Amino acid sequence: MAFSAGSARVEALSPVSFALEEGSFVSVIGPSGCGKSTLFNVIAGLQRPTGGNVLIDGEEATGSIGRVGYMMQKDLLLPWRTVIDNVILGMELKGVPRARARAYARPYLGRYGLGGFEDSYPSQLSGGMRQRAGLMRTLLLDNDIVLLDEPFGALDAQTKSSMQDWLLQLWSDFRKTVVFVTHDVDEAVYLADQVLVMSARPGRFIDRIPVTLARPRPRSTVGTASFIAIKDRCLGHLTQAAEGCAA
Amino acid sequence: MAISRKRRKGAPHELVGADDVMLDEMAAGQATDRSRPLFQAPGGVFATPTRNRRLPERVRWPWWVLVVVRLLVVVALVGGWQVAASFKLIDPFFWSQPSAILHTLDTFFLSGEAFTDIGYTFEATIIGFVLGTVAGSLLGLSFWWSVNYAEIVQPFVICFESIPKLALAPLIILVFGIGLASKVAIAAALTVVVSTLTTYAGVRAVDADSERLFYSLGASRTQVFLKLVVPSVLPWTISVLRVNIGLALTGAIVGEFISSQYGLGREILYAGQTYDIALVWVAVLVLSVFSVAMYGAVSWLEKKLRKGLPPCCSSEKSMPARPR
Repeated sequence: MAFSAGSARVEALSPVSFALEEGSFVSVIGPSGCGKSTLFNVIAGLQRPTGGNVLIDGEEATGSIGRVGYMMQKDLLLPWRTVIDNVILGMELKGVPRARARAYARPYLGRYGLGGFEDSYPSQLSGGMRQRAGLMRTLLLDNDIVLLDEPFGALDAQTKSSMQDWLLQLWSDFRKTVVFVTHDVDEAVYLADQVLVMSARPGRFIDRIPVTLARPRPRSTVGTASFIAIKDRCLGHLTQAAEGCAA
Repeated sequence: MAISRKRRKGAPHELVGADDVMLDEMAAGQATDRSRPLFQAPGGVFATPTRNRRLPERVRWPWWVLVVVRLLVVVALVGGWQVAASFKLIDPFFWSQPSAILHTLDTFFLSGEAFTDIGYTFEATIIGFVLGTVAGSLLGLSFWWSVNYAEIVQPFVICFESIPKLALAPLIILVFGIGLASKVAIAAALTVVVSTLTTYAGVRAVDADSERLFYSLGASRTQVFLKLVVPSVLPWTISVLRVNIGLALTGAIVGEFISSQYGLGREILYAGQTYDIALVWVAVLVLSVFSVAMYGAVSWLEKKLRKGLPPCCSSEKSMPARPR
């Protein structure tokens, strides 16, 4: 499977082009305002690129919505729906009858740490739980690609690290292709097979760093020399980009 | 956070939130002399001792005490009115008095005509209320579908809003006749615009990110409308229901004032013209009871529909604690 997003126009993005390997986990880092969100919008079909196209499995998918899962930093759970009804939203929109969708989703909620909260309302959940529900909503679709736009950006450090391990578990179970945007270099390296570094606006990819650390990765990985080497390389790029901005 | 006393010319003991002051001083101190301790203030700023303050405490009486006090207030008002009228402190001819009102209430309900009038007014109110609210909400929701359509129609809605609609009442009576239809029309005219504008405000407040989420999941416009826009706007529509109770009632009564064969409005007009003030009060009392009952029904409906919404959306709990 390959897909490339050759996109668009002056301010936001310079022409970028990249292909993703099926089932891989790719992190994207870059200074704020480098066009990461624009890139995601283009891939998700929420914004038309001024040029270029998106290919999914070699098929033209520019401007078509519902082809990839997309999750933003806000969990965006609907307050009037219970957790399970929030999770099945995507299935429901694709025409699966509610009862069937619920029956399908219920075991997953139990398995991935939302057991007992299926019929609660989002307002009764903690931030981490809400984010889990949001992720489940994105994952329980037949999309092969999932775009995560800083999903853990608003969580406290402890919740964040447990959510990272939870996400890795999910990823290895669901075998989806994940593109993960973050500002947190540690997070980017810890999670991914590959880190893509974007430059300051107009965004383009300036480096592609393979992360060859063995999986499953224990938490202690972050202290190893190879981890730190990769992290330093990322940080170097970011510092450079920031200086470029200032100049 | 720290609060300190600062001496200034002309305001020797003014209390100052010291955050900004101290930050400035810290910055200045660091820039000039790093060896100086951070919090050593220039002489005089902390010269007066800091006063100890406690967080104001809110004492809540048990609910039954509140009920008893409320009853006492009612008794005092009614009793005071009765006493004042008996001692001619207020003119019972113009103001009537509770005992006379009670007597009239009795004859009003026993005469049998009462229920015709009550039924007539309430029918007009409820039909007008439902028509106006539903039509207004649908119109407000329809603006979501097309920005251009909304832009074109909106000035007309605002124009209609600014017309004092009761001024049109005589015209409405002419067009719809002196029967129930004209009262319903006035009640609906009063409620429709408020509903439209409030619903449209709700439509514009629909979370743009949620809309993007729906589209990213491959939703159609109809699905976004039914599963996102309508439920998001619901609390706005509910909030307008309360306002509309009063408006619909006003519309029905005014319609009856102008021309009607039945209804509490006609009763009030008739009683006023014949100086039967006690009857005016009786009719007003019945209207109030009805209004409160409708208010209760709306609150119940709100509770049913608002399940799951965070408490922040209900007005009472979001009130910040104010120190007294």
